[in-house]
Amino acid sequence: MRILVEPRRQPSRRLWTLTPILALVLTMAIATALFAALGYDAADSFMAFFVSPLTDLTGLTELAVKGAPLLMIAAGLAMAFRAGVSNIGAEGQLIMGAVAGGGVALAFWEQSGPWILPLMALAGIGGGMAWAAIPAFLRVRFAVSEILTSLMLTYVADLFLNLLVYGPWRDPDGMNFPQSRLFNDDETLGILVDGTRLHTGTLVALVLALAVWVVMTRSLLGFRIRTVGASAAAARYAGFGNDRVIWFTLLASGGLAGLAGLFEVAGPIGQIIPQITPGYGFTAIIVAFLGRLHPLGIVPAALVVALSYIGGENAQVLVGLPKAVTGVVQGLLLFILLASDFLVRYRLRLARRAGAAA
Amino acid sequence: MLHVDRRRLLLGAAALGTTALAGRILPARAAGPFQIGFLYVGPVGDFGWSYQHDKGRKAVEAKFGDQVKTSFVESVAEGPDSERVIRQLASGGSQLIFSTSFGFMNSALKVAKQFPAVKFEQATGYKTAPNVAEYNGRFYEGRAVCGAIAGHVSKSGVIGYVGSFPIPEVVMGINAFTLAARKINPAIKVKVIWVNSWFDPGKEADAAKSLIDQGADIICTHTDSSAIVQTAEARGVHAFGQDSDMKQFGPNAHLTAIVNHWDDYYIARTKAAMDGSWKEQSVWEGLKDGIVEMAPYGPGVTDAARAAAEATRTGIIAGTLHPFTGPVKDNKGTVRIAAGATPGDADLFKQDWYVEGVQA
Repeated sequence: MRILVEPRRQPSRRLWTLTPILALVLTMAIATALFAALGYDAADSFMAFFVSPLTDLTGLTELAVKGAPLLMIAAGLAMAFRAGVSNIGAEGQLIMGAVAGGGVALAFWEQSGPWILPLMALAGIGGGMAWAAIPAFLRVRFAVSEILTSLMLTYVADLFLNLLVYGPWRDPDGMNFPQSRLFNDDETLGILVDGTRLHTGTLVALVLALAVWVVMTRSLLGFRIRTVGASAAAARYAGFGNDRVIWFTLLASGGLAGLAGLFEVAGPIGQIIPQITPGYGFTAIIVAFLGRLHPLGIVPAALVVALSYIGGENAQVLVGLPKAVTGVVQGLLLFILLASDFLVRYRLRLARRAGAAA
Repeated sequence: MLHVDRRRLLLGAAALGTTALAGRILPARAAGPFQIGFLYVGPVGDFGWSYQHDKGRKAVEAKFGDQVKTSFVESVAEGPDSERVIRQLASGGSQLIFSTSFGFMNSALKVAKQFPAVKFEQATGYKTAPNVAEYNGRFYEGRAVCGAIAGHVSKSGVIGYVGSFPIPEVVMGINAFTLAARKINPAIKVKVIWVNSWFDPGKEADAAKSLIDQGADIICTHTDSSAIVQTAEARGVHAFGQDSDMKQFGPNAHLTAIVNHWDDYYIARTKAAMDGSWKEQSVWEGLKDGIVEMAPYGPGVTDAARAAAEATRTGIIAGTLHPFTGPVKDNKGTVRIAAGATPGDADLFKQDWYVEGVQA
């Protein structure tokens, strides 16, 4: 007996959209069993990890605050991935957006006025785009893999940020510690609900995700992106420029990541520090695939991933689960999702040795 | 877009349906044991900075037993995540919160404003508030003891130093170490490699290997993992442990280690918070008060090195020796501390220059 892997002629579309939910449910079940196996009360652990962040205003708003950058970045990445452009460097584009937009804030720290924040946002988008333009240029002009260039530019961006924060941007009253001045009130995002950290950037993130959805489904540009991703040769035959799609998707995903970075420094952080992102640019890749590269699927996907972080913290505080559990749950989710994708596309068939001998 | 609605519904239903159940684990405020929350920047499992803070937490539990209930969150990223965790601890009923990394300072201050009844203890930093105290160890004193040993033990005259971030805390450690080493052997050079992380065993080991390849026969570190001592042991050179006694990771390599000892401070502050005598303060204590301790000297410490180390240690405790007594020149030749002068604490905290002999 052996197992044959056969592609399904017509993978079920319904299954394709349902598997992320199935994966989530399965992850919750396995994770809870794991908590119990580790010697923690299964019900308490489950509640602390998956439910407690959803039960009060603070938890829900924190979910939005954590999910917003993931959502914005993942929406941009989904466009790029759809076109077959592997922008792995959103983390670096986020940092450069924060640097450019935050630089505007520091330059005008004595000024006030409603014009500063939009200017910072534009600079943030520009910073992210500029950083993404490098891999775009190298790919289009010299056919250099954007996977490598975008990823490696992340480390350059990180070091550049450090150079600024440890050097010229250090707060003159900050005892030499590596932090910039605090941004003034006109340079920080407004709070939507008093007593929480829910900032206006979360709304913008949602609007932008919807905008990406409109572009992808209702515009010729979106059609081109999808065609290029599905078959570069077919796209060329149809007269769609491959290069333009590469430029557009990299600039758009870079700009969105840059804006996400600006929202972090102008929102929850309120200044420029050496660590402005706990890996949002990389986590957003998971979010994009969990959301099936669909702008509307990415909204719940961002919230689910945000929940896994916040739930992990709650589980440490409330039941004393170790931090590693967070990573295990995220890994489980991704693994089960990928495995179920495989099973949607292929089927396993047991074959008799005799029958398959030929 | 049916699937989206379904997924949202699912989440919503899960949230609503289980709200009632959640009540049973969300802790009730006040009443019951005194709740203390701890925030760590690294993992507690291995030796190092966070491990030592967690030892302090356990000491508090051992001392007060059922009177207290502690909880902790490990590997918290500095920045916006820390604010959420501190808020979660405070709103979850913690009455005293220890946030144990510099990058948590502004977050602790923000949350402290909204929870005036909760007491906050911020390890390393420079801002305090009516309900935020700040505490730190004079680790540069331990560095001077290490430097005295290195001055005697190093044969190549090159010492490798793995740095985390060039903040004043780390800079003054490098300087105290180098000054003490060059007091014994004026030819000593200290090469610094920055790894831009507090805890990254892979990077730390790579930095150590690179320094050994550049001729270093002793590796010193200001990062939190045991990778440095392990690498030194494998390559047959010496190393100093950091934060914890790391002898077991390199029995031959380990010369000594600066051991952070928070137990007594944590017990004292918990007691103060419980009996109402807690006050805002800024504490910076070292070898004399026991926050900084030296691990037992390893087999690589020669008799001469041991004598020099002990003279430095006892001198600092007695107050007759200050690691930064002038004249001190920076590595560009400018005199920074005049002959016979000792810098005040404020000057130490502004140190952004390296002493003669440092290549950073």
